[in-house]
Amino acid sequence: MATQTTPGIKTRTVKVDYLARVEGEGALHLRIKGGVVRDVRFSIFEPPRLFEAFLQGRSFQEAPDITARICGICPVAYQMSAAHAIENAFGIEIHPAVRLLRRLLYCGEWIESHVLHVFMLHAPDFLGKHDVLEMAAEHKDLVLKALEMKKVGNDIVSLLGGREIHPISVRIGGFSWVPRKQQVRAMVDRFQKALDTAVATTRILATLPFPEFEPDYEFVSLCHPAEYPFNEGRVKSSRGLDIPVSEFEDHFREQHVAHSNALQSVHLGHGSYHVGPLARFALNFQHLHPVAKQLAADIKLSAPCRNPFKSLLVRMVETAYAYEEAIRIAQEYEPPPEPAVKVKPRPGAGQALTEAPRGSLYHRYVLEADGLIRSAKIVPPTAQNQTRIEDDLRELAPTLLHLSDEDLTLRCEQAVRNYDPCISCATHFLRVTVERS
Amino acid sequence: MASKPTIGVFKFASCDGCQLSLLDCEDELLAVAGAVDIAYFPEASSNMRKGPYDVSLVEGSITTHHDAERIQKIRRMSGKLVTIGACATAGGIQALRNWQQTDVMVRAVYANPAFIKTLEMSTAIAEHVPVDLELRGCPIQKYQLVEVVSALLAGRRPNIPTYSVCMECKRRGATCVMVAHGEPCLGPVTQAGCGALCPAYNRGCYGCFGPMESANTASLDSQFRVLGQSHQEIARAFRGFNAWSWPFRKASEFAEKQ
Repeated sequence: MATQTTPGIKTRTVKVDYLARVEGEGALHLRIKGGVVRDVRFSIFEPPRLFEAFLQGRSFQEAPDITARICGICPVAYQMSAAHAIENAFGIEIHPAVRLLRRLLYCGEWIESHVLHVFMLHAPDFLGKHDVLEMAAEHKDLVLKALEMKKVGNDIVSLLGGREIHPISVRIGGFSWVPRKQQVRAMVDRFQKALDTAVATTRILATLPFPEFEPDYEFVSLCHPAEYPFNEGRVKSSRGLDIPVSEFEDHFREQHVAHSNALQSVHLGHGSYHVGPLARFALNFQHLHPVAKQLAADIKLSAPCRNPFKSLLVRMVETAYAYEEAIRIAQEYEPPPEPAVKVKPRPGAGQALTEAPRGSLYHRYVLEADGLIRSAKIVPPTAQNQTRIEDDLRELAPTLLHLSDEDLTLRCEQAVRNYDPCISCATHFLRVTVERS
Repeated sequence: MASKPTIGVFKFASCDGCQLSLLDCEDELLAVAGAVDIAYFPEASSNMRKGPYDVSLVEGSITTHHDAERIQKIRRMSGKLVTIGACATAGGIQALRNWQQTDVMVRAVYANPAFIKTLEMSTAIAEHVPVDLELRGCPIQKYQLVEVVSALLAGRRPNIPTYSVCMECKRRGATCVMVAHGEPCLGPVTQAGCGALCPAYNRGCYGCFGPMESANTASLDSQFRVLGQSHQEIARAFRGFNAWSWPFRKASEFAEKQ
């Protein structure tokens, strides 16, 4: 981390060569001259892993296992987008009980990922700490509660998928194995306790100092007519876009932006857009369960919330929702007659967009008659948010010029962490050399 | 203890899942943090202290020139170097590029391939520097990680089994999916560690923990043929997350040549 101030010409350069507390390897470069941000680069030096290329020629049944390895933080999201896209290509209807279990699995991942980000990666910024262990010295009770809440998420994914990272049971048409009714029911008490803990800790988090900052975002999220979105629905935006997932690529394009040498998603004709908890909250508030809604009201968080620093609170509201949804599912669940429906491959293309903890994740597959993958396209949430992250920094930095170099750098880093960026996911990003002046 | 041993956590080409295992140790995290000094762990802390480190945990495979140089520096400042996970110990799923022309793959993924600087191969850390200990898995098993760190601190050999998944499967009382359902399963040639998860969840093992000690892949290959698997299917089965490990590499190339 370094900030340089050159007296006279008033150029300030904010450089963070290795961004901490994000998943993957990224860097930040900002050049400010005369109160104007001249250059912003949120760059990724994560090595390319070429997933779309080596998916070619693999069997459809391998796609959930292989794409899960794009990200160890949100493997379920990759499995969900892959499974639903391929089921869509084959015209498969999953059993309603399988649908419920997939929502439950996603609840587990949202809990794991949100609690990890809120308490271990994001909250230390607000408390002036380097990490959760430093935080534990002063706020041990809060940290222990966070670990307890996170563990419930891990246990959901472990029950349904065998292990918390890269679970193994998701397959095209359903699961390889489904739990008995009692195994799921038995978790209700723990969900209830974790829900209470989430509510109590969120009230504490709501007292953190949140900087004033409200960009005019275009929010984009999956929207379902009856429920908070996980796996199904239409793609909607806060500026009136309303399309089926199959038209996603007609409206959103990864572009080569000269100034940063990176591929970044834009909403064609509109520019940068925002996916993730703030977007889901803005577009789906009415489908939150009662406790989550009440929690939002109690901490004076109303939809839409445009302050990206408050994404921390929105993640907690979504965490509360995930526990409530888990309770509902655990109480309703009756095992399906078969863990998976029979799958008959057919040639064609299928898409799916599901809501990963950090935002919409789009997959498209073209499949051969024998079930081999001819081509794959994956648009991860961080690729979609990258342009918006840079826009945030461009708007935010001029308001921070009064800060010391160290504080200015920290606040800019925090603005990136607002997005819970998952750089490991960002398989599309080009390697960018950090400019040093 | 006068001063706690320092630990560094480093990332190369990978999904972050193995280092996340450390943060997934909810019940052990604070105890581990009490016993060691986590000096460098960028995914978890913005306090990144310079080496040397007593123990370095290395995740990910080497896929760029820059990383090939970086691992040398890390080796020089590490007392013990432990590789964690299939990427670090075998090159990971991204080692599938090793059978193809990487520039063709880059063109398939990126709009402007000229900006991509990557090596032709994805290789294990041990192909670049001496490694003191390898911890297998895609991802690693978190209790094996706690065991390795505890063993290093106590100066003893970690207790990590090198027998096959079949042993764990039997011990767990799971039904053999290959015998009972004719489902291809890599369990007989894969190192234990996961607890025979896949057979317990009614599917064949897909080799996350890589080849067991003296794996008999030829015998499994014949068994897969008896089950009606094509040579392409067999090649794909061995060409997964540990594809570039020597026994699985040979097995997939053997199947492909048939």
